[in-house]
Amino acid sequence: MSARRLVGLETEYGIIRPSMPKANATVLSAQVVDSYAQLVAETNSQVRGARWDYADESPLQDARGFTVARDQAHPTQLTDVEPEVDAGIWTAESVALDGNDARVGSTLYQEKDSTDVVMNMVLGNGARLYVDHAHPEYSSPESTTPRAAVLWDQAGDEVMRRAMDTAARLGSGELLMYKNNTDNKSVSYGAHENYLVPRSVEFSSLVQGLTPFFATRQIFCGAGRVGKGMLGQRKEFQISQRADFFEAEVGLETTVNRPIINTRDEPHSNWDKYRRLHVIIGDANLGQISTLLRVGTTNLVLSLIEAGAAPKLELGDPVAALQQISHDPSLKTAVRLRDGRKLTAIEIQREYLSAAQDYCQWQGHDDPDTAEILERWAQVLDLLERDPLLAADQIDWIAKYKLITSFAQRHNLSLDDPRVGMLDLQWADLRQDKGLYYRLAARGAIQTIFSQEEINRAVTEPPEDTRAYLRGKTLQRYAPYVVAANWDALSFSVPGARKISRIFLPEPLDGTRRDVGELFDAQLEIDEFIDQLARRA
Amino acid sequence: MTQESFSARRQSETQDAAEQIQVNTTGQSAGVDDLLDEIDSVLESNAEEFVRGFVQKGGQ
Repeated sequence: MSARRLVGLETEYGIIRPSMPKANATVLSAQVVDSYAQLVAETNSQVRGARWDYADESPLQDARGFTVARDQAHPTQLTDVEPEVDAGIWTAESVALDGNDARVGSTLYQEKDSTDVVMNMVLGNGARLYVDHAHPEYSSPESTTPRAAVLWDQAGDEVMRRAMDTAARLGSGELLMYKNNTDNKSVSYGAHENYLVPRSVEFSSLVQGLTPFFATRQIFCGAGRVGKGMLGQRKEFQISQRADFFEAEVGLETTVNRPIINTRDEPHSNWDKYRRLHVIIGDANLGQISTLLRVGTTNLVLSLIEAGAAPKLELGDPVAALQQISHDPSLKTAVRLRDGRKLTAIEIQREYLSAAQDYCQWQGHDDPDTAEILERWAQVLDLLERDPLLAADQIDWIAKYKLITSFAQRHNLSLDDPRVGMLDLQWADLRQDKGLYYRLAARGAIQTIFSQEEINRAVTEPPEDTRAYLRGKTLQRYAPYVVAANWDALSFSVPGARKISRIFLPEPLDGTRRDVGELFDAQLEIDEFIDQLARRA
Repeated sequence: MTQESFSARRQSETQDAAEQIQVNTTGQSAGVDDLLDEIDSVLESNAEEFVRGFVQKGGQ
């Protein structure tokens, strides 16, 4: 029983070019990734002297047989023309649409199309940065504690900021990015969570144990939204960005008919041993405490399910409950259970909390992460019960709710005023001088657990206790020889070698600093490094 | 953590939390008020057009 577990968080960011509202979103997203690739290339050659060069002479590209000439139209030019009339844009888009799940994380070498765009790269911190359909996406490196999940998720926001700044510096114009989940005009984009779960756990027990939990955890990890319905047609405040976009209880889809429990089964690890629970119902959190609670409590509930100790609750209509709860910031709404009882979200969360507390008291636990999550979970439910506004310095939707309602009161505005809509959007603006979340946090009005310095470090350094360490450090040190990297493999091309060496990483908890740190400390030549790795595999 | 120490810790933390609440909410309200005082210089000026222009394509 622990709040620790292997976790990775994915965020799709909203993106616009204010000077060109109709600019092709896939092209803008590609600019973000491409700009970051250029930033990495600059930084790396200056700081480490490594050949992390995406240009013509790199042996890396030669090994893959790619055409690498960068003399063709750069995507930054493509937004200067109407998408409808430029075939190159659709080429870029088709790469994004086709390439994603087929070759997860494959790059560093770049997935290229004729316009020579970096669409997909693996970072030195072990994360993946790529174009997912029409959004730039950061998928965090695997980590094992809720705190680490928060830190490397925050690092993703910083990566996007740097990409945005770099794009502007390189002359691509101003791009704005938002850590939210809807445009309030029918479209939603995701913030997915991935949890490693033993294959032996019955999927039906996950569905049963998680559904009431997922319908209710939004009370401490919702991001807040002005607008109801997929179109945001009614201008009322609700707790969750995503709730109104869910239509099913269980299913495989992620873009239509979205289910509370997603059944995608793609473990990116040893299939016999693990499943990767792919959670699509969460909001993207700017706040560190909301993220911490989202991951930490989910980890605990998964532990309860694995131990057969989850509360036996069954919602009468989970999708309706999800939305009813989201639509009531007072948290007084009670939803119907199959057994006829009606419980509030707080009461349902208390059932889970007390099951976790009981289990920990019975079994004991000895890690500070579990203690912290149990304590914070209890504390926040107490605050929410007394008055949700008491948690305004911890919980994303409440901080936003307080700002928006205070603004509306001060100026005697209703929530359908355009300036309220602007507040709702600008809350999630990633620019720290413009984003209202950041402005509020800078005033000390929102609790944080990590400093900007710590976040900056996580932008460049991987977690040390998962295979992300090996992936990230390999890219830092041996990038010119890495022809492909993804979640569970690294492929090398070494000059003089007759074929590509592929190192598989099916065990997410291998490849840690403890396992392979000495290889990096030893400053090995590439062939010796690969030999040593292969010997350990 | 034993049952006793776990319970004791919870109790003392709850008390601590209760004492902190006053401070936190005061700080939070001051933060909101300060931000609203300067909101005109922070908020995008063309609100209606800006919000209308924020159109995204589908995602997951």
